Amino acid sequence: MMDTDFITTLALTGKLAVLTTIILLVIGLPVAYWLAYTHCRVKVVFEALVCMPMVLPPTVMGYYLLLAFNPQKGFGGFLDRFFDVRLAFTFEGILIASVLAGLPFMIQPLQNGLQGLPVSYREAAYTLGKSKTKTFFSVLLPNIRPSVITGIALTFAHTIGEFGIVLMVGGSIPGETRIASIAIYDEVQTLNYRQADRYSLILFLLSFVLLVIIYSINRGPNNYFTNNKHLG
Amino acid sequence: MIELDIRKQMLTADGLRSLEVSVEIPRHSLTCIWGPSGSGKTTLLRMIAGLVKPDKGTISINSIPVYDSGKKINLVPQRRHVGYMFQDYALFPNMTVEKNIRFAQGRDKDKELVETLIREFGLDNLRRQKPDKLSGGQKQRVALARAIAAKPHLLLLDEPLSAVDEEMRLSLQDEIVKAHTLFSMTTLMVSHDRAEIARLSTHLLPIGQGKTVGLEKASFL
Repeated sequence: MMDTDFITTLALTGKLAVLTTIILLVIGLPVAYWLAYTHCRVKVVFEALVCMPMVLPPTVMGYYLLLAFNPQKGFGGFLDRFFDVRLAFTFEGILIASVLAGLPFMIQPLQNGLQGLPVSYREAAYTLGKSKTKTFFSVLLPNIRPSVITGIALTFAHTIGEFGIVLMVGGSIPGETRIASIAIYDEVQTLNYRQADRYSLILFLLSFVLLVIIYSINRGPNNYFTNNKHLG
Repeated sequence: MIELDIRKQMLTADGLRSLEVSVEIPRHSLTCIWGPSGSGKTTLLRMIAGLVKPDKGTISINSIPVYDSGKKINLVPQRRHVGYMFQDYALFPNMTVEKNIRFAQGRDKDKELVETLIREFGLDNLRRQKPDKLSGGQKQRVALARAIAAKPHLLLLDEPLSAVDEEMRLSLQDEIVKAHTLFSMTTLMVSHDRAEIARLSTHLLPIGQGKTVGLEKASFL
């Protein structure tokens, strides 16, 4: 028999991963398009910012977000006073943190996919009278499908395994911010290894299946991983 | 009539080079742009299509100014009504042969034209194939059909026969002449094959030695 707490934690983990992935896909497509094709000189600054969550300790990001969400001052104070919204130690707070932490896992595959397409695809569509939007949705996006699937799977898998930033911003409130990776830590602290085993096995299998999916859609010479050794 | 009076500084392997062209290209002509490598043949086509901006000058297509540095006119490629066939053909891999050709059309879908193009270019058996299943010659025919399906005022062909063997080259030359005459196109084509130019073109636009002024009759070859 599965206990309610176990199911609630897994459902919360799934909800966080699904929402993070959807939000990042919506944000990631225009950002990746801009990064792939802009000649703007500050592009490298934005590329570095997008990649920061890959090199920065999650606790550092979590710490800064916790400061930003402080309802006593600054951005957190503004949200509290004008919208009666508090983000620290709430699901909305860990959702924002997960979106920021997942930026490179969605944007990098999309950007690399777009940059890997011949420039002539875009130019051909333009000379055929098609707008940039029509070209993006009818020509570019369908031809980077493996990159889109990779971005979705990597973001989902990374969010499932997120620990430091969620713990910093959300703590470990059952049903609100306690996701599976944090639950494992809590269960081990209370010597409840049986429960930790169950969480761990589910996360292990889920991550493994997602990676198998990514590698099977990226078989062949021109795929995301062979072009991006630094991420693989 | 296509009127060109443009100047562009290009960075080549031999350093900075100036491309200056001032010509009038008659309607319904098939003009070959001829010149050594790095002379700016492709750049000239790309400037006409709106894919590269000249440094200064004017370009008008059938009396419509599409670029005028003095009047700050620079129409985007979408509004120039120019068909462009790229060296790599640029067929969209996610679309079948038929969808590639249909995609070229605007809101006024001319199904009859699409069917005519599929028939004339011998693509009937291939209409449901994706581009990665096609040979070089077949891709070239699809790219040509797609460029014409958009009903352009001017057709630009960038070394259309560079990627095919000799036998295929002769057959495809016929396709280009057929497309040019059948659809009363004004065609501008890059080539550095003298025999090809002699066989296909009505006019010649040599570039590479200083400023090019005026066209030459192709018969000079």
